[in-house]
Amino acid sequence: MQPGPALKATGRGRRRLIVNRLAESGASAAALVAVLALAIVVWSVGSRGVHALNLNFFTKGPAVFGATGGGVAPALVGTLLLVAIATAMALPFGVLTAIYVSEFAQRRIREQIRLWLDVLNGFPSIVIGVFVFALCVKVPLPLFGWGHHQSAIAGGFALGVIMLPLVARTTMEVLTLVPNDLREASYALGVSKWQTVLRVVLPTSFGGILTGTTLAIARAAGETAPLLFTCSIAGQLVDWNPSHSVASIPLTIFQYSEAPDPALHEQAWALAFVLIVFVLLTSLTARFLLDRSHRKLGAAR
Amino acid sequence: MEAASVPAASRLPRTRRPTDRIGDAALYGLTAFAAAVGLLIVAAIIWRVADGAWPAIRVFGIGFVWHNEFNPVTSKFGARDLIIGTVVTSFGAVLLAAPLSVAIGLFLSELAPPSVRGPVGTLIEMLAAVPSVVIGLWGIFVLAPFDAQHVQPFLSSFLGWIPIFAHGQDKAESTVFTAIIVLTIMIIPITSSICRELFIGVPTELEEGSVALGATRWEMVRTVIVPSVRGGVVAAVILGLGRALGEAIAVSQVIGNFTPLKLTIFAPGDTLASRVANQYQGAVSNLHVAALIYVALLLLIITFVTNLAAQRVVKRFEFQRTGGD
Repeated sequence: MQPGPALKATGRGRRRLIVNRLAESGASAAALVAVLALAIVVWSVGSRGVHALNLNFFTKGPAVFGATGGGVAPALVGTLLLVAIATAMALPFGVLTAIYVSEFAQRRIREQIRLWLDVLNGFPSIVIGVFVFALCVKVPLPLFGWGHHQSAIAGGFALGVIMLPLVARTTMEVLTLVPNDLREASYALGVSKWQTVLRVVLPTSFGGILTGTTLAIARAAGETAPLLFTCSIAGQLVDWNPSHSVASIPLTIFQYSEAPDPALHEQAWALAFVLIVFVLLTSLTARFLLDRSHRKLGAAR
Repeated sequence: MEAASVPAASRLPRTRRPTDRIGDAALYGLTAFAAAVGLLIVAAIIWRVADGAWPAIRVFGIGFVWHNEFNPVTSKFGARDLIIGTVVTSFGAVLLAAPLSVAIGLFLSELAPPSVRGPVGTLIEMLAAVPSVVIGLWGIFVLAPFDAQHVQPFLSSFLGWIPIFAHGQDKAESTVFTAIIVLTIMIIPITSSICRELFIGVPTELEEGSVALGATRWEMVRTVIVPSVRGGVVAAVILGLGRALGEAIAVSQVIGNFTPLKLTIFAPGDTLASRVANQYQGAVSNLHVAALIYVALLLLIITFVTNLAAQRVVKRFEFQRTGGD
């Protein structure tokens, strides 16, 4: 009787298995490194930031020089205001651009618009800040009374420019997922194109647009660079006036992190904690909902 | 759409009512206008930044790029060291992030069981959502001291004979090296999620065929997956590079904002983006402001070219894969 082939790999086969095992552990280790990086950042921020959180932190303005305590209410309100302005600018333009691209444009124009939106998305946010500074902070625009100084409108505009390609691109993706059967069914009933878009296409993709916008908001809320020159000189009080320069969460973290006072460092950590919780929660929910609406639309197709 | 071809047309309302004609035209006009505004903004960005930089361009010309003094007091400005700093930090980060990202992409697409795949993928995408100012804050107070006390002495004692790893200042916390690590953390999620998508897109039949012929998983990756997505991986890395080139806030928090540049990465330095972020508010003269906008213009050009290159690569790659459909 012939002995069967050895079940244990030897020589070259053994080497191949070892190389394979090494490569597999390398890939797993890389994934572990990335997850660990997130864990370390979140843990550092959480463990240092959570102490400074109290009611005063959320309701008071910064303490006068030399005094202890104080809070960051102006920064919270400012970021709310800035993000609201940015969304009011980016959402309509982003969605309308996406409708143009998916419902009207020819293929070549469609590709050009996609390309330039990607280019806009790739511009460094600091350059967008410089652009808005050169456009409406440095030079007074006769059109708007608020030229020649920093303002929440200028800052919100800069954030809006950052949000625009994000909103437009996600909306485009959702609109292309809307099944053509729905559009054709609507046309077959004699409904015109604009009513089809407004009453069939948009409602079907509403969830996707909403989550895309939420992701863009999460991104804009944490942007610092565009605000440096457009909305960085702020008072100590809560300010709702969009023509004033207002405080904001990311810029306050930036300024406090470079301040010599340890009490300010603690506030920076606490603010970072607030920001990171907001950003991670909104992105997580948005991503979850986006997946679901993709699946729903995908199944309908 | 022609109502006339339907038998009972006379009893139906006319389908092209005037309101519909107006509505269609209005929606078309409105959406085309919005799309045009987006393109206009891109043009306006290039125009306004070039225009703002004009006073400095007139004074320093193209020599700005290789002149290395950046001194507001004597009004002498040049960006050489900033460009070098930008290139060193970005390429350093890409060198670290590219292999890690490819490995993560492989782990998520080929290796991990489905129950691990989803959560780990989400966690890595969450890393992309962490605002840069928060990473910078962490960089100043956690990463920089750790680097100064443990990583730098270790690396420079082993690799110190190579000039760029030479021992810099004693216990320097703000260093080019720390900036490289911060940038690496920021671009890993971008490149790795693109890599994952690419690897998932490789047809399963090819992978199964390779394994059926007796290849190990690693051999399958090396001989089937990597060759078929090489172009895409290059594009992913270029996109990560673009992000690293333009990052201002986190870098300016950890790099120390100092020129002239030292040869070693264990010393403070500066980049284009971080110089703009750092000096804009303290600008002392109109020429200083213009010089900083000139720096921003250089950054704009560099990232513009980088992104277009990535787009070209993606396009060619898609063309190859679909055979031009």
